[in-house]
Formats: sequence, C-alpha cells, structure tokens
Amino acid sequence: MEGVSQEVALGRSFEKVNAILKKHAYNPSNLVGILQEVQEEYRYLPEEILTYIATALGVSPAYVYGVATFYAQFSLKPKGKNIIRVCDGTACHVKGSSAVLKYVREYLGLREGEETTPDLLFTVETVACIGACALAPAMMVNDDVYGLLDEEKVKEILERYEEGREGADGV
Amino acid sequence: MSNGVEKKVVVIDGQEVALNGEKNILEVAKKANIDIPTFCYHSDLSVYGACRMCLVEVEGRGLMPSCSTPPEPGMIIRTNTARVLEARRTILELYLANHERDCTVCERNLNCRLQEMSARMGIKEVRFGERKEKVPKDTSTFSLVRDPNRCILCGDCVRACREIEGIGIYDFTLRGSKAQVEPAFGKKLSEVECVYCGQCAIRCPTAALVVKSEVDKAWEAVLDKEKFVVAQIAPAVRVAIGEAFGLPPGEITTGKIVAALKKIGFDRVYDTSFSADLTVLEEAEEFFKRLQKGERLPQFTSCCPSWVVYAERNYPFYLEHLSSARSPQQMFGSVIKNFVTRLENVPKEKIVSVSIMPCVAKKFEARRPEYVHGEIPDVDIVLSAQETIRMIKSANIDFKELDPVPFDIPLSAGSGAGVLFGVTGGVTEAVLRYAYERLTGKELKEVEFKGVRGLESVREAEVDFDGRTVKVAIVHGLARAQQLIREVREGKRYYDFIEVMSCPGGCIGGGGMPLGYPDYLAVLRKRAEGLYNADRLSPVRKAQDNPAIKFLYEQWLKHPGSETAEEHLHTRYRSRRRISDEVIRIQEAKSAQKVDVAVCVGTSCYLKGSYNLLQGLLKLIKEHKLEDKVSVGATFCLERCSQGPNIRVNDEVISGVNEENLERVFNEEILSKVKE
Amino acid sequence: MVFKDRVSLEAKVAELKKSMPKRKVLVCGGLGCLAKGAQRVFDLLVERLETEKLSWTVEKIEETPHHPVKTGCMGLCEAGPLVMIEPQGILYLRVKPEDVEEIIEETLKKGVIVERLVYQEEKNGRKELWPLMKDVPFYRKQVKVVLRNCGSIDPESLDEYLSRDGYLALAKVITEMSPDDVIGEITKSGLRGRGGGGFPTGRKWQFARVVKADKKYIICNGDEGDPGAFMDRSVMEGDPHSVVEGMAIAGYAIGAQEGYIYVRAEYPLAVRRLKKAIEEARAAGLLGQNILGTSFSFDIIIREGAGAFVCGEETALIASIEGKRGMPNPRPPYPANRGLWGKPTVINNVETLANVPAIILRGAEWFRSFGTLTSPGTKTFALAGKVKNTGLVEVPMGITIRELVFDIGGGIQNDRAFKAVQVGGPSGGCLTEKHLDLPIDYDSLCGAGAIMGSGGLIVLDEDTCIVEVARFFMNFTQNESCGKCVPCREGTKHMLNLLQKVVDGKASMEDVELLEKTAVVVKDASLCGLGKTAPNPVLTTLRYFRDEYVDHVLHRVCPAHVCQAMKEYFIDPEKCRSCGKCARVCPVSCISGRPKVPYVIDQNQCIKCGSCFEACPFDAIVISWRRKNHE
Repeated sequence: MEGVSQEVALGRSFEKVNAILKKHAYNPSNLVGILQEVQEEYRYLPEEILTYIATALGVSPAYVYGVATFYAQFSLKPKGKNIIRVCDGTACHVKGSSAVLKYVREYLGLREGEETTPDLLFTVETVACIGACALAPAMMVNDDVYGLLDEEKVKEILERYEEGREGADGV
Repeated sequence: MSNGVEKKVVVIDGQEVALNGEKNILEVAKKANIDIPTFCYHSDLSVYGACRMCLVEVEGRGLMPSCSTPPEPGMIIRTNTARVLEARRTILELYLANHERDCTVCERNLNCRLQEMSARMGIKEVRFGERKEKVPKDTSTFSLVRDPNRCILCGDCVRACREIEGIGIYDFTLRGSKAQVEPAFGKKLSEVECVYCGQCAIRCPTAALVVKSEVDKAWEAVLDKEKFVVAQIAPAVRVAIGEAFGLPPGEITTGKIVAALKKIGFDRVYDTSFSADLTVLEEAEEFFKRLQKGERLPQFTSCCPSWVVYAERNYPFYLEHLSSARSPQQMFGSVIKNFVTRLENVPKEKIVSVSIMPCVAKKFEARRPEYVHGEIPDVDIVLSAQETIRMIKSANIDFKELDPVPFDIPLSAGSGAGVLFGVTGGVTEAVLRYAYERLTGKELKEVEFKGVRGLESVREAEVDFDGRTVKVAIVHGLARAQQLIREVREGKRYYDFIEVMSCPGGCIGGGGMPLGYPDYLAVLRKRAEGLYNADRLSPVRKAQDNPAIKFLYEQWLKHPGSETAEEHLHTRYRSRRRISDEVIRIQEAKSAQKVDVAVCVGTSCYLKGSYNLLQGLLKLIKEHKLEDKVSVGATFCLERCSQGPNIRVNDEVISGVNEENLERVFNEEILSKVKE
Repeated sequence: MVFKDRVSLEAKVAELKKSMPKRKVLVCGGLGCLAKGAQRVFDLLVERLETEKLSWTVEKIEETPHHPVKTGCMGLCEAGPLVMIEPQGILYLRVKPEDVEEIIEETLKKGVIVERLVYQEEKNGRKELWPLMKDVPFYRKQVKVVLRNCGSIDPESLDEYLSRDGYLALAKVITEMSPDDVIGEITKSGLRGRGGGGFPTGRKWQFARVVKADKKYIICNGDEGDPGAFMDRSVMEGDPHSVVEGMAIAGYAIGAQEGYIYVRAEYPLAVRRLKKAIEEARAAGLLGQNILGTSFSFDIIIREGAGAFVCGEETALIASIEGKRGMPNPRPPYPANRGLWGKPTVINNVETLANVPAIILRGAEWFRSFGTLTSPGTKTFALAGKVKNTGLVEVPMGITIRELVFDIGGGIQNDRAFKAVQVGGPSGGCLTEKHLDLPIDYDSLCGAGAIMGSGGLIVLDEDTCIVEVARFFMNFTQNESCGKCVPCREGTKHMLNLLQKVVDGKASMEDVELLEKTAVVVKDASLCGLGKTAPNPVLTTLRYFRDEYVDHVLHRVCPAHVCQAMKEYFIDPEKCRSCGKCARVCPVSCISGRPKVPYVIDQNQCIKCGSCFEACPFDAIVISWRRKNHE
C-alpha cells in the first residue's frame, strides 16, 4: 500500500513503545526485555526509538546502545520477516553446517556481508547452538527447528517460506 | 599463616604489613612501598577489574587482581613471581599489539601509562604483530580529541562520565575483539550530551582522550610582533603547574608562572582572581537583590561552563535561577577587549586574549556566540594547565629555578576571596564575604567560612546574616548535583544559594590539569590546601576590598549591576536541545507558507494523552482540508514536562493542550496562522 | 484447585496416582522428535484414538483406549520420532504417521509388537530385537534421577507432575524442615553444581544463608550456551515443574522470596513450558504468597537471554538480568554475598535444581548410592557428533567414557575409528583413546585437562581434524568474549589467528609455541570463567595431539583431510588437452602452459580455490591430499 511512509509508521510506533515501556514499569533493569519486545515489533532497533527508550528510562543513550550492541539477538538494521538461524554448534559444525549456510545464502542470493534479502523477507544468521545436536546439521526458521539438513531439504524449507510471501503480498 | 591471621597482617613479597581497613591489596602494597601497575583503577571510581595489570599471586588462590581483592589476614601475596611477570608481560604485549606505537609523535608522549608500563617491564618486542585498521579521530569539539586507535578499553572514561558527572556519554559497544568505547550510535562528541569537563581525558591512561591543543595558536600569537598578547591565569593552575616541574602539588607558583609567561613573550599577565572578585561583586549583588525580593531562589552559580551547559540542556526551568554574572574568564575577556584596549591604547584587533585555565570546557565557553562579537571573541585562546606546561617546556625554561615576577598593574592581584574560586566551596565563601557586609552593613570579622570547605561531594551550611539565615549548598560532580537538584525540585531540600562545579574538588580537579596518577584524591587535597594558603597570605581577603576592583568600577563600570556592568559582565542563558530535537514527520505540507506543528510525545506528555492530541489534530486538519498547509510532526521533548501536553506551532510552544481545548487551540493558534 | 496445606496436596497426589490411566501411548515431544515430525504422529494418534473410543467398546475390549501423551525428550533423538506404549514399556523408533494405524491395531488392541519399529542390532549375522525401552542398549546403563519424568509425563500438565510425587518435596521442606535441615541434607548428598565447576551446592546455599539481608535471590541458570549441549533444554522442556520445585526449595533454604530463571532466547519452547508451569503452580498455591498455608512465600520470574554465551557466567548473568551488558565482574565479591541488585544470590544450573526435589524426597543416602564418592549422583549428557546413537542420556557418575560412547552411544558412525571426545564444550578439552577408561567425574576430567562443563559430549572420529576443532572452539569463544579483560579480548583473538595459520599451512613452530604460551596466560589471567577456560581445547589438543599440529606445520599435512590448504591440485598430463581454460579462470594466474604441452599448476602460488577444477572440461584436474614425506 502506497502512502504509509516509514515516518507515519514511526509516529504510530510511540504508542507501541510506550505500551512496552509501561508494561515494564519504566524500569531500566528490564532493558533487555524491552529491547526484545521492541525488536519483535519493528524487527530491528531504530536509533530514534533507542534514544527515546533511554530518555524514558532515565539512562544515557550510550548505555542503551551499549546493551543493544552487546547481545547477538539485537539488530540495529532492519531484519527480514523470517529469521533463519543456521546452527554452527560443534555437532553441526562437524557435520557440515558451513555447507548449509553457504547453500542458504546462495539460494537467497545474498552477497558478501549481506544478511538480509532486499525484499526484507529473510535474514540469515548463524547461531552458537540451538541444542538440536542430535539433528545436526540443523537450523531454525523463526521458532521452528529443522534438522538433518541437506541441500534438497533446505530448498524445500525455504520454498515453503517463500510461498508465505505471496500471501503476505496479497494483503 | 595462622600467625598472620592472629596478628592481622598480610605478607607481601616477604614483608609483613599490618592491615588497617585497606579495601584492596593495592592499598596494602602501597604501604609496603610497592607500586602495583594499574590502568583501570582509580580510587574515586568504582572497581572494574578489567585491565589485569595488577594481578598478583596469592598463595592458595592463584593470580588475583589486587584492585578488587580485599586483603585477608594471613594472606601471602607475591607481586613479582615468574607467573605474575609472564602474565603482565604478555598482557602488555597484547595491549601494544592493538595500540598505535608511534609514541614519539603522540600527544601523551612521556605522559602515558601504557608507555610507562612497557618501559617498566622492558618490552622490546611485540610478538602479536601490529594493529592494521585505523579509525578516524573525533575532533568535533573545542575541548577534547578522541582517538579510538589508542584506546585500551580500560573503561575509565565510561565510569568517570557516568559516576562523576552522571551523564554517561560513553559506553562499551559490541563485544569481544570488536568491543569499543564510544558515544551512542558511534556519534561524535559534539553530537552527544558531552559537557566538555574533561574528566574522561584526565583519567585516560593513554592518548585516546586528550585535551584539544591550542599551543600552536598561542605560540603564533606571542611570536607575532604586531599582536599585543594578554594572559589571565586562573586561580587553580597556580597550585598545580609546578607538579610538572618536580614541585609538590599545592605549592603556590604564581610568580614563577608569570615569569615564565613573560619569558615566552606575553605582553601582559593578569590574574583571573581579579575578575573572580568582579564576579563576586556582580553575583553577590544579584543574590542580595533576589534575597530582598525573595525571588529566583535558590540562586545557582554560573562560573562552571560545564554546569551551565548541562543546566541549559536539562533544567530549562532553572535558567532564570542561574546567576547572570559571566564566569571570571569571560569577565576578564570582556575587560581585556573593552578596557585594557583603552588602558594600553591598543586596538581590539591587535589584542590577543589568552586564558590559562584548569579547565577544558572553558575552550567551549570562549566560543559561545554571546562572547564573540563579530569576528572578535573576548577570549581568543584558552590554554589548559597541561598546554601551558607544554609551552613552558618547549620554551626550555627551567621553571623550578625561576624568580617570581608580579602580575601587571593596574588590574593586578585578586583578593583571597577571588583565589578561592579554584576550589569547591570557594565561590560560595567569596560571595558570603561580600553578601554578609552588603546585607548587614557590618564588617565581617571572621572571613573564613569553614563549614563550606572540604571535599565531601555535598556540603551545606546555614549562615546567620544578622538574624536572616541564609542556606547554602555546595556540590561538585554533576552526578551528585543532579540528585541534589532533584531533591530541591521535590521540595525535600531548600537553599538560597547553590554552588555547582562539575569537576571533583572544583577547578583544582579540572580536566585540563596535570594528570594526577596514581592517588588523585591526595593530589586534590594538597591543591585545595594550597589555595587556602594563598587566600590566607593575601593582603586583601574580600573582593570588595580589592583596590584594583574599585579602580575598575571608578574608571569604567560605575557600580555593580550598572548598565555597563550588565552589558559587559552579564549574560543570558537559553534552553539547548536535548538528545534529539529531530521531529518525526507525520504529515508534510507542500505550501511555502506552511505552518509547522509538532506534538510532544515525550514520556510525560504521552502519559497525559498527547498521542490522542496528535490524532485529533490530524483529524481537524483533514476536516479543514489543510493537509497542504499544515505540517505535523512528533517530537520527543519540548522540555515543559510539568505543563504538558505541549505542542509547538512554528517556534512557539503552547502548553496545557488537552482534548477539550484542542479545537480552540487549533482555531486560535493554527488556523489563524494559516490565514495570515 | 488451590492447595491450602500439605494434607490437601498429598490427598490430591494420592488420588492422581490412582486415577492416572495406566494404559498410555507416549509420543516424544522433544525438539529432535518434533523436528522429525512427531507432532503429526501425535495428532494422528489423538484423532484415531478419539474415533476409536466407540468401536473400542463395540469390540468388547474391556479397558478404555490408551491415553495419548506428548512428553518431553525421551533421549534417543537419533531414532526419532519415538513412541512408547505403557504399561509394557514398548519403545518404537522412527515412527511415521503411516505407522499409527498398525500401532493401534496391533499393539494397542492386541498387544502384539510391531517388529519393524523396534530397536534392533545385527550380531554375528543374527538380528536381535529389543522391544522394551529398558532393554535397549542405549537405555540399559542409564539411571534417571534428573530425567525421572522427562519423556514419561506430559510436561504441560501439573497433574501429571503431581502424580509423580510432584511438589511433595517442597511440602515436606516447608512444613517439617528448617532451612538448615535442608542445607544439611543437600550437603550430605554431596550434590555438586552441574553447570560446570562442580562447586558443592550445599555450601553455596550455606554462604548465602548466613548473609543477613532484606532480600535474597535464587537464579536458575538456563543459559545453556555450550555448543553441543542440550541437557538443560530437555529438562526445562520435559519436566519444567521439577525446576520450579527445586528453585522453591532452594529459596526456602537460603531465605529468598524471589527467583529468576534465565533462559536462552534460542529455547522458545522451554520458555513457553516454564511459563505455563509457573502459572499453574501459582494458580495451585504452590508458588506465591504463603505456600501451602505456611509463612513461606516464593515466586519466579522468567528472563530471556538475548544471545550471549558469556551470560552463563554468574556475574555476567546477573548483569544481564539487571538490564546491563552481560559483562562479568571480578569475584570477590561473590554473588552469595553481593549478587543480583547487590543482594545475596545463589545461582544454580537447571540440572542441579532438578536434582533437589528427588534428594529431599528420597534422602541423601539414596542419592549417594549413585556415582562416586566425590561426585555422587548422576549426570546428564548430550551425546552428539560422530556417534551412532546421538541423544540425551543420564548416567551415574563414574561411568567410563568407553561405556558412554560405545555401550550407550553404540560406537562410531559408519564404523570409522574413534579419535577423541570433546567434553565440556568450548571450555572443556579433547580426550583421546587412552582416556576411554577414565571414569567420568569432576576430578578425573579436571585431571585430564577437560572439565565436566554442563555435559556436552561430542564424539570425533578419524575424519575430524583436531586442529580444526580447536580452531572452531577458539573462534566460538573469541566471538563470545565480552571484551572486558584484555587476556580474553585480545588473547583469544591472537590465538585464533595463530590457529588459523596452522590450519592454513602458514604457521611455524614458533607460532605453535607462542600459541601455547599465550594460552597459558589467557587461562591464568582472564577475569571470568569464559576466559579462564577458553584455552582448554587448545591446551588439551596440544597435549594429546601434538603430532597433528606438527604435521600441519612441518609437513603441511592434514591427516584427517579436512584443512583445505593441505589439499593440492594437479593437472593430469595424460588427460590435459592444453585448452588453457584453467589458466584463464585461475584468479592468481598460477597455471601456465602452452599449446600441445600439458599445463602445470605452481603449487607455491595456488590458493586452492578450485576454479580450475570446475573449469576443466576433461577432468584433468586432480585433487590430492598432501602426505608426509616418508609415507
């Protein structure tokens, strides 16, 4: 839909951010949880929102930025709708997770250094271990775990999520 | 060992040391004359324990950091075992591998903890190679230069800014070998809440944070025969510059500094204590008037530029309470450019006004637009004590042996009261010495107000002015000031007069002073003592008794608070933007004569329903079909939280807007402007 | 219902024990089985059993149909989805939806075993079947204390937990034991922290108990970050109430009224199940104010981690709960004195806490009957890597590595040769063939240079390059270092560089020496456990597999044929037609030749990119692995 600019979305976002802040009682010790919920909402942590959160919690923006850059879960760049986490834990590594990662990236046409597809449908990350060692090599797409991967299986999985895109576009 | 437990001693490198409440092994070692190396330990900051330089071997426990490990009776500590030395040497190499090693052309050459430690350990080779990537320096402010290439991530600046100033412009970002110390979002210092106090730089063990040097500019001026160079020397520097030349902290070296500056080629050297006296008169007169009227109290001091800029950003509601008197530096700047010109018969363009300051925020203050007239600033160059030392050294002067030279006349010395400006509580004491006599009409016999002295972070005193009790508070360090002011705002405390200095100890702990490793607090105490001695030795103890001040009023200013004084010695404050004044555009009007409306959605206003206002406003605009004429945005804070919800129409802030009066406000404030 | 006192709880437990259906069909709902389609199997079972209800009675089978239950992890993830039928204890492996019908018709209705779904092994040409779970070699040597309910109850049902004497330990503790009694019992049991260090749990509690403070906290460390470990996840997902109960008991013992569970964000299912367990316990009066009518109040808050391995370290975990960067702080002060928000805090790992209710109910003596003198009880392990039966196991302490890998794990996949086990994740070490008979307990592992860690156990075979494994772990710790102290921040970086050089065939023996020296300092001088243990993989591999380092450095040989740099590309002169395609695609122009003469690759310049291999139309490019000169 044309016309819903990012600015308006941001303008609206205060409502959501404020609701999140309120839920956490404006308590700085809930910062990690607040950032998690904000990221859930926007799929990343926009700078102005982080600054806003800092002001609302009475801590410095540098502090919030420091926390946001510490944890692997947080992204200061927009993330895709589907987050693919290729496990690079020991078991997966030994069983060839790098080939899985390579294939996923190739399939999505990501260039060197790119993590997110230009259509913001997928973000690819590696994760230390998802605890599915018995299924190595494994990956997570959003909250779902897929194991014993090979190229064919990865392709099949990604296609399924791509089909979801048609649905999303249709709305 | 059990013996040690009974005797309450530890054994450190074979030497028994009695325990007497030392909080860490570091302090115990000092008693045994062992100076354990540290980067991240400062006695006045929280313990961080990261630099690992202070590791010592504790029997039965292995390597322990001596900064964070409390001594326990019976402990057997060794500071120089093979294990300790191997660790320390490797750690230093690891630091050096990630640090630029061009020491000879470094700002902190011969004044760097890292350099000193690697010299101590005799590091001849770094087995881990060299750092390849280079990051640009941040030179965005007038006061400080940040060079990430030299940062060793000790976090001293992070803690100094957070714990002393309560601002926290720096923090660690990222992690592992990518970890850095930087302001939020990697911004420049000029783009964040930095108040330029330099407490970070004074604690930085390397040249990752240094004072921005104006030494070259100063040399250029003194070497230029066309220029008439006038220096003013702040009170605090006289008890510190000597430290760089082997004199103990606190020793008064005023005469030597004047002598050195004269040798370098300064045409006139004056004492900032003199203009401090001027500040006393103007500020105390103001205080006297406010007391009489009972308005704009508490009065806040305004000589600390870091405090002033902090207040402008954070306490817009208190700006009227700040004394309008300019700081001594700026008063003298004004005197130099407006009166010394006449006195010496030199045109303004030829006079170069240089101030020698303990402070780096003074560099910022001198460039405030209100102190620059046309192209000509009242103060052209601000040299920190560190830079002054550098200048004396490069002039090859044997400072220690110099015969003292007096200040130039007629604006010669300041009173003892003026000298006290250099230490926390000093401004208060100086003002009290004047205000007492002004208010009571009686002579003040006992000039020393002991109650306001000391280094506790907050001190308060009640002074009996012949029946009228005046309540004063003194605070240093903005972190503590924030707390005090919160309590004042909440009505938990009441004062007539509040002195705020951003640096610990006041100006004697300024960010431009010689670096006071390792026990900074002890150095501060000695510098403070030095200033109290200087006051005691002064022939004149009260500003109002200073004959040079009387001369200046007679010749130029007439009387405190006069029109001339107002024009040249006072100033006005303005609210400055906070973290972000970016407006988030929601609706952009195309018309050239558009009206700009911004609704505050800061926490306070939001909670009072400003989001509904925003929606209501958009609806009203739509109803009136004004989408092309009215731009709407959301802003973070318009700094009138108590009167919110606030909206801004063009440049005017309208407070107390609510859903009931929105339509009226829209008609009166927006519609009318559209029609215009 | 809300339990007002111990009596009403005990009555309910007794009632549930009677009423719980004996005939059950359990489907493993562990992550492994779910990922292999266990949910579809379960749904189908539920649906079929529902419709069967009617015909079931028509066919005059006397009992009611089997009660379907989705459980937590049953352990043998390798062979999932797993289905177990009770009361017999029949275990079916690799069950697909199409098997459901047969299971119902044959086993549930007639009690006949479906042989093809049963665990089987070929021995001496004879096929052996083990239809019952307890007989399957994978389970035979296991002892389930921590996993007592995991895989056999529905983790989302409080009633099922109660039917296994759930919360009776808490009831006993708060009604008839003093905090000192509780600590005494735990101390007597010899329970040691299962999170890695093995610190005696009773002593840890005692430290916090004696500190006077207005508030104290219990933290359950569920930030299982070791790559290759999923025991804690299995417990949190499979038996969340045991963790909740353990925490409440710990809280009573030290005088805490509030507990936090810190769970990795990568474990959404664990978070969901814990949340549900806490809510149910609260609703039943087993958490909250005045539990079971006593003066003891205790509640639990869940905090989700945000992806930082270092937060498994106690002080970093505390910082993270406080909303800060998860950077560790020097100890002392220890959390037991000054922990969360400056208050006395005990941090126990999931497995440790799950042990607690069992110890309280059955006594310290019972607990000590398992394991060794210094390491009593059991330990869970996540068995992974190149072992046949990967999965979750619980064994008595003191079992040997050989039993674990070969008896329980079934030996090495594809019958390759065993090379090493990596115990304790990135903080642990690699142990070799000569350690196969080493008993697994805290002290033996430590003596061998490894650590128990939280219990990740990765089996490596001859196709695994040990240097590459060390590099992998160093890369992991390097990425996860918080960057606070210099030995870990810079030291691990340089260690990784040095290891990379070895793997790339560019290292000298001086580099290996520097690697070792740096490792020693990083281990000695780092601030927290992460840094202090980060060099372990390097140090143990240098100790036990030094030859392999030497092979890489001096001979440029990777015995396991893993390190790409040790590969060589040759042009087979017989096959080469001198077309020059290879030379044109070579990015470093190291292939030369001229028409009619076979082309040659300059081995000194080749970067092993494989472009020529891809480009050659005649399959003339040959890949060979370098061998040692004397071979």
